[in-house]
Amino acid sequence: MAGVLARVIQRTKPQLGIVGPLVAKGNSNVPVRYQGTQKQPEGKQRGSPLNDSDRIFTNLYGRHDWRLKGAMSRGDWYKTKEILLKGSDWIVNEMKTSGLRGRGGAGFPTGMKWSFMKKPSDGRPHYLVVNADEGEPGTCKDREIMRHDPHKLVEGCLIAGRAINAIAAYIYIRGEFYNEASNLQVAIAEAYQAGLLGKDACGSGYAFDVYVHRGAGAYICGEETALIESIEGKQGKPRLKPPFPADIGLFGCPTTVNNVETISVAPTICRRGGAWFASFGRVRNQGTKLYNISGHVNTPCTVEEEMSIPLKELIERHAGGVIGGWDNLLAIIPGGSSTPLIPKSVCDTVLMDFDALVAAQSAFGTAAIIVMDKSTDIVKAIARLIMFYKHESCGQCTPCREGVGWMNKIIYRMVDGNASPKEIDMLWEISKQIEGHTICALGDGAAWPVQGLIRHFRPELERRMAQYAATHGPSKAERLY
Amino acid sequence: MLRQPLSRALTLSSPVRAAPLAARPYAAQAPPPPEKVEVFIDDKPVHVLPGTTILQAAALVGVEIPRFCYHERLAVAGNCRMCLVEIERSPKPAAACAMPVMKGMRVKTNSDLTKKAREGVMEFLLVNHPLDCPICDQGGECDLQDQSMAFGSDRSRFTDIHFSGKRAVEDKDVGPLIKTIMTRCIHCTRCIRFASEVAGVDDFGTTGRGSDMQVGTYVEKMFLSELSGNIIDLCPVGALTSKPYSFAARPWETRRIDSVDVLDPLGSNIVIATRTNEVLRILPRTNEEINEEWLSDKSRFACDGLKRQRLVTPMMTDSRGNLTPVEWEDAMVAAARALRDCPPGKLLAVAGDLADAESLVALKDLVNRLGSDSTCTEQYFPLDGAGIDLRSSYLCNTKIANVEDADFVLLIGTNTRFEAPLLNARIRKAFIHKDTDVALIGPKVDLTYEYIHVGDSASAVKDLATGSSSHEVMKRLEAAKRPVVILGADQLKTPEGAAILAYTQELALRLQDKLEDKKWKVLNVLQRTASQVAALDIGYQPGVGAALQAGPQVVYLLGADSGVVSRDQLPKGATVIYQGHHGDAGAAIADIVLPGAAYTEKRATYVNAEGRAQQTLVAVTPPGKAREDWKIIRALSEVVGQRLPYDTLDEVRDRLSEISPALVTYGDVQDNNYFAQARSLAQSLQKPVSGKVDVQLKKLEDFFMTDPISRASPTMAKCVQAVIKQKSSKY
Repeated sequence: MAGVLARVIQRTKPQLGIVGPLVAKGNSNVPVRYQGTQKQPEGKQRGSPLNDSDRIFTNLYGRHDWRLKGAMSRGDWYKTKEILLKGSDWIVNEMKTSGLRGRGGAGFPTGMKWSFMKKPSDGRPHYLVVNADEGEPGTCKDREIMRHDPHKLVEGCLIAGRAINAIAAYIYIRGEFYNEASNLQVAIAEAYQAGLLGKDACGSGYAFDVYVHRGAGAYICGEETALIESIEGKQGKPRLKPPFPADIGLFGCPTTVNNVETISVAPTICRRGGAWFASFGRVRNQGTKLYNISGHVNTPCTVEEEMSIPLKELIERHAGGVIGGWDNLLAIIPGGSSTPLIPKSVCDTVLMDFDALVAAQSAFGTAAIIVMDKSTDIVKAIARLIMFYKHESCGQCTPCREGVGWMNKIIYRMVDGNASPKEIDMLWEISKQIEGHTICALGDGAAWPVQGLIRHFRPELERRMAQYAATHGPSKAERLY
Repeated sequence: MLRQPLSRALTLSSPVRAAPLAARPYAAQAPPPPEKVEVFIDDKPVHVLPGTTILQAAALVGVEIPRFCYHERLAVAGNCRMCLVEIERSPKPAAACAMPVMKGMRVKTNSDLTKKAREGVMEFLLVNHPLDCPICDQGGECDLQDQSMAFGSDRSRFTDIHFSGKRAVEDKDVGPLIKTIMTRCIHCTRCIRFASEVAGVDDFGTTGRGSDMQVGTYVEKMFLSELSGNIIDLCPVGALTSKPYSFAARPWETRRIDSVDVLDPLGSNIVIATRTNEVLRILPRTNEEINEEWLSDKSRFACDGLKRQRLVTPMMTDSRGNLTPVEWEDAMVAAARALRDCPPGKLLAVAGDLADAESLVALKDLVNRLGSDSTCTEQYFPLDGAGIDLRSSYLCNTKIANVEDADFVLLIGTNTRFEAPLLNARIRKAFIHKDTDVALIGPKVDLTYEYIHVGDSASAVKDLATGSSSHEVMKRLEAAKRPVVILGADQLKTPEGAAILAYTQELALRLQDKLEDKKWKVLNVLQRTASQVAALDIGYQPGVGAALQAGPQVVYLLGADSGVVSRDQLPKGATVIYQGHHGDAGAAIADIVLPGAAYTEKRATYVNAEGRAQQTLVAVTPPGKAREDWKIIRALSEVVGQRLPYDTLDEVRDRLSEISPALVTYGDVQDNNYFAQARSLAQSLQKPVSGKVDVQLKKLEDFFMTDPISRASPTMAKCVQAVIKQKSSKY
């Protein structure tokens, strides 16, 4: 669940305006998001294709050696000692300058997150936890990093660990990622042997350990507090927040949880400077990003691109376009399965970044683009996603446990049209009753696809119901009304 | 009536209930509290300490927030989401039970957003909850029922009832006390938290995910705890109900009488639910000083023993030696004749475990008037040294509630878990929440928490008392700021009892003298029965050994059923008069049986192990021809010709207060002194000891049947069987 589910992770009051979920305003069904939809400040207005020299992940496709020697030839571990010696404040400051927002889905500013760990120590050690439990359907970016560029992650752990004064990093890797965990473990072992990690990491005098912890295949363990519970050996059930992990996290100690991609770009940002990273993308959405393009495209791929690149350009340039041409496009899920879909009309112009997608009533999430052409049974597609969320709900809190299962029942009837048109509004309301009422964001992630479907494909739902009624007579669901 | 349980649930965290805790002297020794912050609940300002939750702050201004999973005595789970409230300038509602207040926070507990959130959660809870309220035992006292009336929608829109229906979950078998209907479970996890936090038996948990999540014991297993019945009270729905009480009554049909439990020495406060002169069930009543809101399984479920093996009519032995029913008149005349004809000094009265103070004083007065002074109790206590002259020698001086504040507890020859389960729950609470450490001298038993085992030799007590012990416990005790030493009364029966008591007194007093906190009491002697303290207060001699050797001609057993008096100890031709409520060991050897009343059938005084006088009230009338005990003795005195000078209960209590005012100051417990005197009198008794320290109740199966009522209870018998069966299971 490295996906969008960390959306509500750490929010102090000042950030309420930056990251906020949907709030219904008035009687209108159209949600207004209090999230960066204000006037775009001066600066770049859109992203453009990235130069090869600006790519961070230079071995994304595994064409070169992923081990230490190869990684060093690509610039990893270069002058890491100097970065470490510049100290925690310098690193955090550089991250703040870079404008990097968390790549796990919630988009929380990384520099700010790290600065939460600056509080005076009370004797407890600090921990860095890397969320490599990439389970969001459609998302496959962390996998590529760990497979082909594991040293970027290992080096990132060291630098992030230095920034937050952690004594160790725990990388919680999805159980299914066997080869990735293996490569990662080899990379860590190489780093230890080369003195890059351990008691005197890179000769800087800073002691730092990196551990790999393999999960057992639960999506919910990608939620940061469920992930912490899982590392501690308990059932992966999210904790109540507050207290946030920055206060009480892994083993009761202050902890920062970051996505693999966030950690992996940190060394390059420190080497090339925050300002360099900030030169990509629009203000508040800076940087480069790994996009996963899957679904009905000619060449599905994972590609590093600039933030704020237009969605259409991204697909046409890197994924060989939609099968059957752009006009054959039905809808796109832009940020991993939990984000609301956007129809073709929106896809035409939308930019791929946090603010633009929020303005389009969707979310940037993990930038896992799922393309669906006109051959798609869109209702069934969304229903399948809801079934996934029903299956992965941890069952701890009421709205998610009961509500997602209920939504699943309704939407599967809607696939056949065996439902009452009034149930569309009911489904909308149920999704609203789940969203924002749960302990973690899985409830939100389950509610949003349904909301996206109803928002953009209501006529399709009604058509199916009419068709069903015409052939089978009125649905039994009508009885209640 | 329907609303009553709701208001009960909602007042759980009311300030009134929090007050006694806060007012306790030892709780106030924390560092000065941080500055209070002002928050607004529905625009009502309230000042609370930082870290207070919204729910607690709201309770302070009388705003009650509905909840299912939250329970003030358990850890916060925050998973039912019923307590969601709107916070100004926050886009989503927050769980009031878990969210700490922040300065200037404005909470709206009645806004549209809040109401909508509650209605939504309510709808979700009901989606998979069966509509079987008419056949559900929780009906009438169901939080879900009450709160859905108050906060739920007025109609259902669960259209899927026409398609797939509701979830169904297989029931679990967790023993003969708790009936499970798991389909009704709303997954609040209160039972899980109770089991792991309070009961200390980590058998409950959840398996499965999402809508397949189930609460259970992982493997089919009995809930092996002496406090298991409390999860019935905790369950907000009908998932966990009482097996013995199943389908017996609705709460609105029952009459509830506040009373006091007598089946262990703590005197837990109870509510007796009755209908048509029948005790249907017993529930705990909150008393922060004694049982909080818990109750042990024996106290809760042994009540069906009140209906079995009862003595309902006076009886006398006929020519063939069989007890046959007679009229009261005949029995009284026969008993009076025996008493009158008995030479002075040959009359012995023995009080049993469940005797109340009124009948104790009446019997003692009668016996004294008949020229005898041998009145004794079944339980022994050494009379050497100060003996029972000083009250501090035979009480729990620390007091039950203060044990929570202890920083080191030394148990000597007591298995508190089964002798006084709720005292053990207090020690466990201190162990978990306050880093209190516990040490035990005695056989290794499962106390539900870890302890330092100092071995089971009595010389360990001596070594600690004389300061010659090299055990780490010595250092810990010396360093403790609020140590507690608890001596089990069982030890006093042994020949070395006097010495063990003397050493314990020496140890406790030596520790107490060094404490900064001069009010803290270290010494506790934990009695085994509910009657012992009152009997000793009144002046009964502990133990029957000496009195039996004198060869009594008439023995008057007042509920003496523990078997310390038997026929073969008595001279031939001795008459045994038994007065009591159960046909148990005492009645079996009696020549004349006078049927008395059980604790649910009389207004009577009991003094608990800490010396707190409490009274039971009449919940039902005694069965058949049985009468209240003190009245029987009073009537007998008239027939004997030694009329006792009291005609009403109040007059008996006046007599009690003449003996000791502490016996009638109900609910209060007096501080004891004269520790130093007791210690100096005990000095000569510090003889070498070499025996082993042992306890009677070692395992859970020993716990259930310890007195005439629980021995007559089929439920308790089933528990013993079930525990033995469970122990032979591979789980």
